[in-house]
Amino acid sequence: MKGFSTLYERFDQTTKTNEKIAAMRDYLIGAPAEDAVWAVAILSGRRPKRAVNTGLLWKWLYELTELPAWLLEESYHVAGDLAETMSLLLPPAADHSEKPLHTIINELQSLHQASEEEKKTYVTGMWNSLSGSSLFLFNKLLTGGFRVGVSEKIIIKALAQVYKLDESTVAHRISGQWNPAATDLAALMSEEYHGTDLSKPYPFYLAYPLEQDFSELGEVSDWIVERKYDGIRGQIIVREGNLFIWSRGEDLLTDKFPEFHELSKLLPSGTVIDGEILPVKEDLILPFHVMQTRIGRKQLTKKALSDAPLQMICYDLLEENGNDIRTLPLQERRMRLSALLDQLHGSAPGMPMQLSPDLACADWDTVAAERDRARETSSEGLMLKRRDSAYGTGRRKGSWWKWKVDPLTIDGVMIYAQKGHGRRANLYTDFTFAVWDQGDLVPFCKAYSGLTDKEMSEVDAWIKKHTLNKFGPVRAVEPELVFEIAFEGIQPSPRHKSGIALRFPRIARWRLDKSAAAANTKEDLLAILQQHEQS
Amino acid sequence: MLQFTSKGIYCPVADIYIDPWRPVGKAVITHAHSDHARFGMGSYLCSPPTAPVLKLRLGSDIQVQTVPFGTIIDINGVKLSLHPAGHIWGSAQVRLEYKGEVWVVSGDYKLSPDGCSEPFESVKCHSFITECTFGLPIYRFPEAQLVHENINEWWEQNRLNGKNSLLLTYSLGKAQRVIRQLNPDIGPIYTHGAVDNINQLYLSLDGKLPPTTRITPDLSRKDIRGAMIVAPPSVAGSSWMRSLQPLEWGICSGWMQLRGARRRRGSDRGFVLSDHADWDQLNEAVKASGAENIYATHGYKSAFSRWLNEAYGLNAVELETEFTGESLEESNNDTGKDYEGV
Repeated sequence: MKGFSTLYERFDQTTKTNEKIAAMRDYLIGAPAEDAVWAVAILSGRRPKRAVNTGLLWKWLYELTELPAWLLEESYHVAGDLAETMSLLLPPAADHSEKPLHTIINELQSLHQASEEEKKTYVTGMWNSLSGSSLFLFNKLLTGGFRVGVSEKIIIKALAQVYKLDESTVAHRISGQWNPAATDLAALMSEEYHGTDLSKPYPFYLAYPLEQDFSELGEVSDWIVERKYDGIRGQIIVREGNLFIWSRGEDLLTDKFPEFHELSKLLPSGTVIDGEILPVKEDLILPFHVMQTRIGRKQLTKKALSDAPLQMICYDLLEENGNDIRTLPLQERRMRLSALLDQLHGSAPGMPMQLSPDLACADWDTVAAERDRARETSSEGLMLKRRDSAYGTGRRKGSWWKWKVDPLTIDGVMIYAQKGHGRRANLYTDFTFAVWDQGDLVPFCKAYSGLTDKEMSEVDAWIKKHTLNKFGPVRAVEPELVFEIAFEGIQPSPRHKSGIALRFPRIARWRLDKSAAAANTKEDLLAILQQHEQS
Repeated sequence: MLQFTSKGIYCPVADIYIDPWRPVGKAVITHAHSDHARFGMGSYLCSPPTAPVLKLRLGSDIQVQTVPFGTIIDINGVKLSLHPAGHIWGSAQVRLEYKGEVWVVSGDYKLSPDGCSEPFESVKCHSFITECTFGLPIYRFPEAQLVHENINEWWEQNRLNGKNSLLLTYSLGKAQRVIRQLNPDIGPIYTHGAVDNINQLYLSLDGKLPPTTRITPDLSRKDIRGAMIVAPPSVAGSSWMRSLQPLEWGICSGWMQLRGARRRRGSDRGFVLSDHADWDQLNEAVKASGAENIYATHGYKSAFSRWLNEAYGLNAVELETEFTGESLEESNNDTGKDYEGV
């Protein structure tokens, strides 16, 4: 664990990307192979399944610290991270463990079948033999989510330097599912290994929001203009009769989408299509939450399938007959994609796969007008892609841009506040907002992002001075501060007091110019809902 | 004996306020940080080392009377004495006795010696008014000596890499404590004007510091290489700070105990070093005071007072005050006033 702790400390002690890359590179070179592969897996979000539930961790923490439960909870709300809270509260270790990272992970995984007593003996034994950042990292392994200030980009850059590969190759080779217990980095980075994994997706190419003027983009005819849909971005892969569906978060979702299962027989081996999976019924795109409900289900019932039938709007063809064609011009890839889909519909006319239309706008004004129509077309804006662009890796500037429609907005009054997590820990940054309903304030959404650091600390200080009531970690505050809330969509929701639910609510700005009385009303929200449903 | 009013903690018999936040006639000041020592009081009473800092910050025309630590003065039958609080040099607890009843107002304090402050003295009392800036068990600070070693190692490493090291600390108290522990064999030490002003006062009171150079506008920045620079938190992100590049910068504060606070500030390093009592010290101070009544003034006061009630059966309550304790955001005038030009 010592080498991995040193790596973490180096990450923690700098804000500079280059130093983080150097730390990762040094670690990759110096660490035992069994450890290095786990380090890459964990830091790129492939963490092993949680072996001990948090209820047990709390119970043991309570026994060991002899502190009252409410004080442990209060501490947790301030620290904002369970692993860190445990590390700070546990009594000092009496022992010292030199166990390497992979040994600890193996031991944790073998706990899955263990009895509660066995789990306790192991975990509390480790607690008593680790300290400082080793203890913190062990607790991170126990509790999941491994966000320690390193992006996948940093891992990829370090791997690229150590294995003398270009970054997009590395990005591809560490994508998808691989078992850190059964491989090492040298194998994972090699051509041979890469060829044996049929499920391997390509790294998704992502776009930045368009900020510049059209004049900087040149001729409109150089661009393919598509609608940007709010579904699940995914890759459909067919290789040697097997089908794999990956989400952009690199989750394998094949089982969730039976609509596409036939494709394993219908598409030629070595086909990878990039597209957006959306619920569509009678040519109408249904709201995102309809699909979300369906994906959340363990069992896919007939009703669930008929309530939210899925389609893929196909954007791009990345692999054709087993050849990686990402460097061909987009125009060419789209032609091949179109031909492939025609062929598919020839043999299976009902397959829910559509080519994403090129809006073929005559001039930039038409493009702007199409963007303004986004809500009517159940899309969230436009994608602009250069006709001659290759399919890159990761988020890049230059040949692809997303141009989203302006969000909807409403002014709400802050009524509750709670402390945040991570870099917002120990600050009141998670707020509940309300609108007026006949003299009462009814909560309609929660939001936490959107304020600057300076505003955050000002609002935090204000909250501490204007608290009406405390309910555990939640403070009810004087209903005075007004914030403009931006959101992408609105749905009726019987579960909420306000009767509506917002999609992606966030704070657009602090309305220092408005008093609480001037905030919006429930009728205003319902009016937006109505307008939205009519379109 | 004491009342909690909108102007501050008040003793009606002696007609004095302790660290008041609105203008009053007579103020007893525990220490010169800006949330405890404010403008506009008719007269100020404090420990001898605090007096010159008060004059620097509030103006030389204020009326100040000093009382040495441990000396009892009688004000209308109230016996008043000051006792070291260990927070910063000169910082005092105020002991008040009237008809056999004893109260102690501790101001800000810490139990661990820091080499600059007169060490904390535990004073027995019936009622103890305590801060609890770090009144949660997640705040158990590492040994200061270890932190000072880390700071010196960091400086040495940065110097090897041809970079300056900029350390942000309160100019009054923590800066002197930190500078005292810097190893001058590593390289030259520079100070921001705000820090230097206080250093000069500290030296005039026979304090010991390694040699430092004040950064002035005409000092060539090119000559500052591999140096340690000590400055107040308000310089973070300023052009003054950028003029010292290439540099690594660190913050010294108890808040650096938490990762979230470190990440939010965006500094390269966070050193956990505080002039406030941590969880263990707060508990120890309360127990050692022997007091039955505890008033928690600032910090995690609801959690801390509930804990004292439950764990020790004490009569502990929260007080509304305008003290802020250790601040990272530096919204007060702890730096501005001392600092005249760079």
